[in-house]
Amino acid sequence: MTNTIVALTMPKFGLAMTEGKLASWLVEPGQSVKQGDELADIETSKITSGYESPTAGVLRKQVAPAGETLPVGALIGVLADPAVSDADIEAFVTRFQAEQSTGEEAEGANSADTEPHQVQAGEYSLNVRDVGTGDDLPLLLIHGFGGDISNWLLTQDALASGRRVIAFDLPGHGASTKAVTDGSLAGLAGAVADLLDALSISKAHVMGHSLGGGIALTLLRDHADKVASLSLVAPAGLEKAVNMAFITGFIEADRNRAMQQELEKLVHDKSLIGRKMVDSVMRARRLDGARDALRTIATACFPNGEQGDDLRPVLDAAKVPVQLFWGEADEVLPVAGAENVPSSVKKHILPGVGHLPQLEKASDVNKETEEFLKERVPA
Amino acid sequence: MQIARETLLQSYRAMRTIRAFEERLHVEFATGEIPGFVHLYCGEEASAVGVCAHLTDNDTIASTHRGHGHCIAKGVDVGGMMAEIYGRQTGVCRGKGGSMHIADLSKGMLGANGIVGGGPPLICGAALSHKTLKDNGVAIAFYGDGASNEGFTLESLNLASVWKLPAVFVVEDNGYGEATGASYACAGTQKDRAAGFGMPYMECDGTDFFSVYESAREAIDYARSGKGPVMLHVHLSRWYGHFEGDAMTYRVAGEVAEQKEHHDCLKHFRERVTSAGLLEATALDDIDAAVADEVESSVIAAKAAPWPEDSALMADVYVKY
Amino acid sequence: MSKKSFRQAINEALRQEMRRDPRVILMGEDVAGGRGGTSGVKDAWGGVLGVTKGLLTEFGEDRVLDTPISEASYIGAAAGAAATGLRPVAELMFVDFIGSCLDQVLNQAAKFRYMFGGKARTPMVIRAMYGAGFNAAAQHSQSLYPLFTHIPGLKVVIPSSPYEAKGLLIEAIRDDDPVIFLENKVMYDEEEDVPDESYTIPFGEANLTREGEDVTIVAIGRMVGMANEAADRLEKQGITCTVIDPRTTSPFDEDTILECVEETGRLVVVDESSPRCNMACDISALVAERAFGALKAPIVRVVPPHTPVPFSTPLEKLYMPSAEKIEAAVKNVMKQHAREVA
Repeated sequence: MTNTIVALTMPKFGLAMTEGKLASWLVEPGQSVKQGDELADIETSKITSGYESPTAGVLRKQVAPAGETLPVGALIGVLADPAVSDADIEAFVTRFQAEQSTGEEAEGANSADTEPHQVQAGEYSLNVRDVGTGDDLPLLLIHGFGGDISNWLLTQDALASGRRVIAFDLPGHGASTKAVTDGSLAGLAGAVADLLDALSISKAHVMGHSLGGGIALTLLRDHADKVASLSLVAPAGLEKAVNMAFITGFIEADRNRAMQQELEKLVHDKSLIGRKMVDSVMRARRLDGARDALRTIATACFPNGEQGDDLRPVLDAAKVPVQLFWGEADEVLPVAGAENVPSSVKKHILPGVGHLPQLEKASDVNKETEEFLKERVPA
Repeated sequence: MQIARETLLQSYRAMRTIRAFEERLHVEFATGEIPGFVHLYCGEEASAVGVCAHLTDNDTIASTHRGHGHCIAKGVDVGGMMAEIYGRQTGVCRGKGGSMHIADLSKGMLGANGIVGGGPPLICGAALSHKTLKDNGVAIAFYGDGASNEGFTLESLNLASVWKLPAVFVVEDNGYGEATGASYACAGTQKDRAAGFGMPYMECDGTDFFSVYESAREAIDYARSGKGPVMLHVHLSRWYGHFEGDAMTYRVAGEVAEQKEHHDCLKHFRERVTSAGLLEATALDDIDAAVADEVESSVIAAKAAPWPEDSALMADVYVKY
Repeated sequence: MSKKSFRQAINEALRQEMRRDPRVILMGEDVAGGRGGTSGVKDAWGGVLGVTKGLLTEFGEDRVLDTPISEASYIGAAAGAAATGLRPVAELMFVDFIGSCLDQVLNQAAKFRYMFGGKARTPMVIRAMYGAGFNAAAQHSQSLYPLFTHIPGLKVVIPSSPYEAKGLLIEAIRDDDPVIFLENKVMYDEEEDVPDESYTIPFGEANLTREGEDVTIVAIGRMVGMANEAADRLEKQGITCTVIDPRTTSPFDEDTILECVEETGRLVVVDESSPRCNMACDISALVAERAFGALKAPIVRVVPPHTPVPFSTPLEKLYMPSAEKIEAAVKNVMKQHAREVA
């Protein structure tokens, strides 16, 4: 890095994010940073997340103060070599902001392509967000119990260079059909198979989180020909244990305060759960049928207060490459589930991480997954 | 006119119960043990009973501040009523309504009402329920000559006609709104008021069960058949004051005595059914005795019943809050 | 999910609930309009401002009932119908007309359950327009929610946006108690994203529309938008505000207000209703009683003067709270703090 000045702008964490709040600066002006160091905390309606430095350098200026809400793409700070003069920095800021204000009209033209849309998959109408193109096999992302496509907001676009990456809302979730006829893992895996057919995808890499991991394993069992590889993130089906107090509390919470307490069980760093995130979960939960759908699935998947499906035999017999992420501090599905898996499984136990590794340690999960998809999967 | 023996027995029992209940309240009120104030229905029994004889629990009535008679005629439990008037936990309203608010929706009794003219608008709604739910029910508003001058009541007559509701407006005209005579306070006639809203008008002698029974049958059949509302004007007399303690200085001496002597619906009923051989005097005597026992035990039970718990203060303001 | 106006959000809530439950009926003056007219046109108005347009066509005259101009009888009828098996939604048109039918609300609907010892349910909703800013003058512009909030047995809902309106109205229709649902007539054309599906927003849970550290602003109904506007301007000046929308004044979420005041130490209450015995008084009393120690400055109320609502545009503007007045009030509480510390 020599004379280049790098603009730090409000990032877009996927989906419908149009603005974000600069919650706090983690680096003072004048401080040197490495690539990947967290510069600031950005708060959105979905999650609070660290903003990682795109490159090494010195934080020369905090353009936006902590607490300010800015549109995506707005200048929040400037990174540059100490050799660059303050005058040049100021000139850069002025020029950048001037250009941005004239360019605002053109923004958003391409966002239509990445908007979620409804796809009829068997009996269900599913909300699908389909991004990226390329020669690699597509990657299908399956969220967990009570989640939705926003669980992949730090994952989907990051993995979409060189391949199609599809996220969708499971039946009974998000903007998909609310009424769930068969809430079992087999029933949900059937819906996923229907979705792949509807999208004319004969084979895909499959990444599943939590219940979605259980669905991914069930998909491998029931529709092996459709699965090229498995990326399992704290998956269901490997242990009997599940935090039923969480499951019940999470389904039945009818006030934001109660929901906040439940959502905090999902992560190790409780401050990640902002009020806006809670509100967005509650907005989805208030839709008619949303709660009933979760009850149906919970009854089918967690009979007698524990997991009903044993998918270890599926994992043990898996003939496709498998990687496994698990947060050491997972309060929902204990990390013990990662023990005694076949040695062929590439295992990542993440310290200081709860039940949402793909959000809590997005960059690690994305980096490992990119490598896994590129290197471990035969073309 | 053929009236089944069972109906006659039940009607006599209901009228006797009202009389005994109210006479007893008159006595008990004087002892100071009954909280608040009560408005007695003595003398008007044939009206409530003659109308309600045509109703089932599926039909709805709304009553007035003078509501004990309507409650008993509609089948509300006498013991529960007495306990309510005493403000006890065992009352039909758990001691939270009192004399003027006795209600039992399971019996189609939409409440006595402390607001003069409160009933007619509610009865438009109850009639709308019957019509919309197609349950063949009718809704009856009992109200007095005083309430007939309330704007609510006149609006309700209009609305019931406009919506062609299965409703009967029973004007219990005892000649006084509190201490003011109907001859002063009611302009025109009830008949012209009904005509003004395009509804049929009937009238009857409220001291004669058979007169009320026959007119009410016609009125209720009309409403139930879907032809729209009817006004039934019942002429009667109250034997006690507007409320207990009212010396009735606005009435000429002897007016009530004359009513008791010559226009007592119970006396009239007994004479008529025994002379026509419809019921035996002994059957009526048995009812009198049974009713006396029932009222006596209701008072004993009410006095012995517990007061509401403190927690009842906050209970049932809302279904959920 | 699509952009819907406040008017459309309410229409959709009514339509979806009427489809879901045949016991839900609609009544009011000109909720359809046109009956008895010489043209034979039905659904001529669909409500005086078109909110119930099209419901007659779908649900017919048995469930969308035009009433005579006769508030006491039909509001009373709604109470009677609710107590006997229907779930009526009665439209009072302008809330000012409560004067013609207060008994039916105050002494009948609100009291049934308590007077009858918990044995009655009165699932009715009274929808009515409130609020100044429409040049509708003194008899069509009042914000009478304090009057209803004062009456035990009633629930009182004042939505602040289209999303809120739909969810709160569906909740109101499904609720088993009498609910007064007040719509600010100036807001009918305001738009935002509203889900197409049915959803409910629970009563008694305040919504935080802004979060800040310096001042808590409690605002009601249309005032929430003004408070947000003021908070956004103030943020650029270095003052951050929490804006609380109580959503319902009965039940009332006291905890959220107390918690936020504990955090910020300063309170501004914005209330469009007449200033004596209004919600701003109630909230101020709450905070004075239970969070006095947290206050760094006196509470400031942004309320209209104690006058009827005037007609003429400049006078009405003078009368109304506004984003500017809220901004000034916030700066004022901040200044008072500075002076005391100095």
